[in-house]
Amino acid sequence: MGIRFDFDKCIGCGACVPDCPFGLLDVVDDKVHLREGCTLCGACQEACPYEAIIIEAVEQAPADGSYRGVWVFAEQRDGRIKGVAYELLSKGRELADALGAELCAVYLGHGVDGVGELAAYGADKVYVVDSPALADNQEEPLAEALSELVRQYKPEIVIAGATSLGRSVIPRVAAVLKTGLTADCTGLDIDPAARLLLQTRPTFGGNVMATIVCQARRPQMATVRPRVFKKAAPDGGRKGQIIKMDFSREGMTSKTRLLSFVEDLTEKVKLDEADIIVSGGRGLGKPENFELLKELAQVLGAALASSRPPVDDGWIPYSHQVGQTGKTVSPKLYIACGISGSVQHMAGMQTSECIVAINEDPGAPIFEIATYGIVGDLFKIVPLLIDKLKKE
Amino acid sequence: MNIVVCLKQVPGITKVQIDPQTNTLIRQGVKGIINPFDTYALEEGVRLKERYGGKVTAISMGPPQAEEALREAISVGADEAVLLSDRAFAGADTLATAYTLATAIQKLNQYHLVICGRQTLDGDTGQVGPELAEMLKIPFVAYVSKVEEASDGVMRVRRMIEEGHEVIETSLPAAISVVKEINTPRLPSLRGLSRAKSAVIPVWTAEELGADKDLVGLAGSATKVVKVFFPQRVCRGEVLQGDPESQVDALLGKLGQAHII
Ligand SMILES: Cc1cc2nc3c(=O)[nH]c(=O)nc-3n(C[C@H](O)[C@H](O)[C@H](O)COP(=O)(O)OP(=O)(O)OC[C@H]3O[C@@H](n4cnc5c(N)ncnc54)[C@H](O)[C@@H]3O)c2cc1C
Repeated sequence: MGIRFDFDKCIGCGACVPDCPFGLLDVVDDKVHLREGCTLCGACQEACPYEAIIIEAVEQAPADGSYRGVWVFAEQRDGRIKGVAYELLSKGRELADALGAELCAVYLGHGVDGVGELAAYGADKVYVVDSPALADNQEEPLAEALSELVRQYKPEIVIAGATSLGRSVIPRVAAVLKTGLTADCTGLDIDPAARLLLQTRPTFGGNVMATIVCQARRPQMATVRPRVFKKAAPDGGRKGQIIKMDFSREGMTSKTRLLSFVEDLTEKVKLDEADIIVSGGRGLGKPENFELLKELAQVLGAALASSRPPVDDGWIPYSHQVGQTGKTVSPKLYIACGISGSVQHMAGMQTSECIVAINEDPGAPIFEIATYGIVGDLFKIVPLLIDKLKKE
Repeated sequence: MNIVVCLKQVPGITKVQIDPQTNTLIRQGVKGIINPFDTYALEEGVRLKERYGGKVTAISMGPPQAEEALREAISVGADEAVLLSDRAFAGADTLATAYTLATAIQKLNQYHLVICGRQTLDGDTGQVGPELAEMLKIPFVAYVSKVEEASDGVMRVRRMIEEGHEVIETSLPAAISVVKEINTPRLPSLRGLSRAKSAVIPVWTAEELGADKDLVGLAGSATKVVKVFFPQRVCRGEVLQGDPESQVDALLGKLGQAHII
């Protein structure tokens, strides 16, 4: 099981070394040597001219074929369905069509309305559990309700938003169901013959993409960050079947309890809903200089964002951070001021429709993905920009 | 309060370098470090012990050299450490990792709190914490930015969500994941360093854990990597030339034409 080398065949030619995408192979004393961290992706096996690399797959029973259909977890907060649910339904529709299966949304909450919208975005059926135990989005009852529904209806695929809630509920569900879960997918496709969900996600801070499958267990589960997939236009004429589930049974208790909630009010325009985002990095130099960007944001009706260093230094709250460990955004326009364009930052904004970079270093990597680049001092460019916009 | 901190040794690279010739990651000479997000978990464990008494046990699943990370944990205040290491654990996905850690936590003496980092630098999923909490049948609170109070069987924490923060009360035992806002990890003390040097770190294999061989490592993993590739960055950009005045004019012209503003 795993990867082996046939040292009778290996001549230490090193042909495999450059093909390991993780750089884990070396030739030591004329023999190949593998370090920790192998994902068994098979790239080296293909590269070896001597068939000296053996990757033994684990014998796996075929997946239970009785599982059918694609489910989207329609996360809500205070009865309002989150935007990511619609994005996932739009993607889910494609997946369901590729499988010739139905698309269902699952709504878990208390005091439900607007579930009809879920049909407009593509759901054939909407399963609704309306219970006071679900009102505050506590993980245990949510996970229990979702696991129970999956056991009962056996969908082959379950996808959910990689929101802070999704990230803590969905792994619990995967653990209950003893199935695989792939976090933060940026691509989802179907292998129709094998009915497999091909789950592509960045690893190593966005440097490497990996495609992952869950072969033998069902359902196949994945989370996707908000704004990674685009919402399709809703079709108000589409009707879905709304199925109210009775979950008034006992056992849906929570060992956690919500005591209070404090809203972050510094964010006037919500980042994940904004069409235009003005973002500042370490190049701003000091916290007061965010005022300049605030002014630009104001004239553009834009939301304010940041790379990580200003957040780390306390110049701006964490809720504004864009990137691998912050938010993923995909606005029509992203204006990056004094941001170098690290892979971690770009992981959170590279799907923006138009990217403008203002940076004094012509070699800054941000220019590699910028639609329009301005090499220059942001303290000259931004005030000019504000002036001219005000005059328009 | 008996606290278990789960940590992982990861390659110490913040900036992954790619060899442009071969298109592979450059890993040579990279030293293993404690996953940066786990250092906050460790620090919080040590602070809670200092506040409420008890002990901190650091556990890690990994290759034999992950022992270094556990020694480092002892140098900054962990009382004990256990390494879960066995060839059978290799190739584990989050499900198999969570199972292995959960099995080890159950084997430890009575625990009240399990603390994890929010995610790892390399795997980057954040799934192991909630998965192991489910396997231990205990609550899990993610993204904790402050432990307000802990007492007999209950704990009150603050956790970050997209819209702000929530104050959550949970019964104990529980598991939490912490964010970097929660504390500033300390540096090792001289005493800590000498304790770390002499500490005996037991190594538990699958057999010692009494783990089900079909649930650990590759065999216990539900997911599998089928393809690995490098993202294509197409340079689509245009650099606007001239003095600031004409650069700004050019930009506004372009954005206007494209009906973006
Ligand atoms: C695990 C991990 C997760 C991370 N997650 C994130 C994340 O979510 N988001 C994130 O952003 N980062 C993240 N980072 C940090 C990331 O690696 C970079 O350090 C960070 O993005 C750099 O921020 P920056 O571009 O603002 O700063 P720098 O890289 O310091 O860039 C500042 C830029 O400003 C320019 N500049 C300076 N003065 C001026 C001026 N007057 N006019 C114009 N330009 C000027 C400079 O030329 C420079 O290019 C993460 C790192 C790690 C290890």
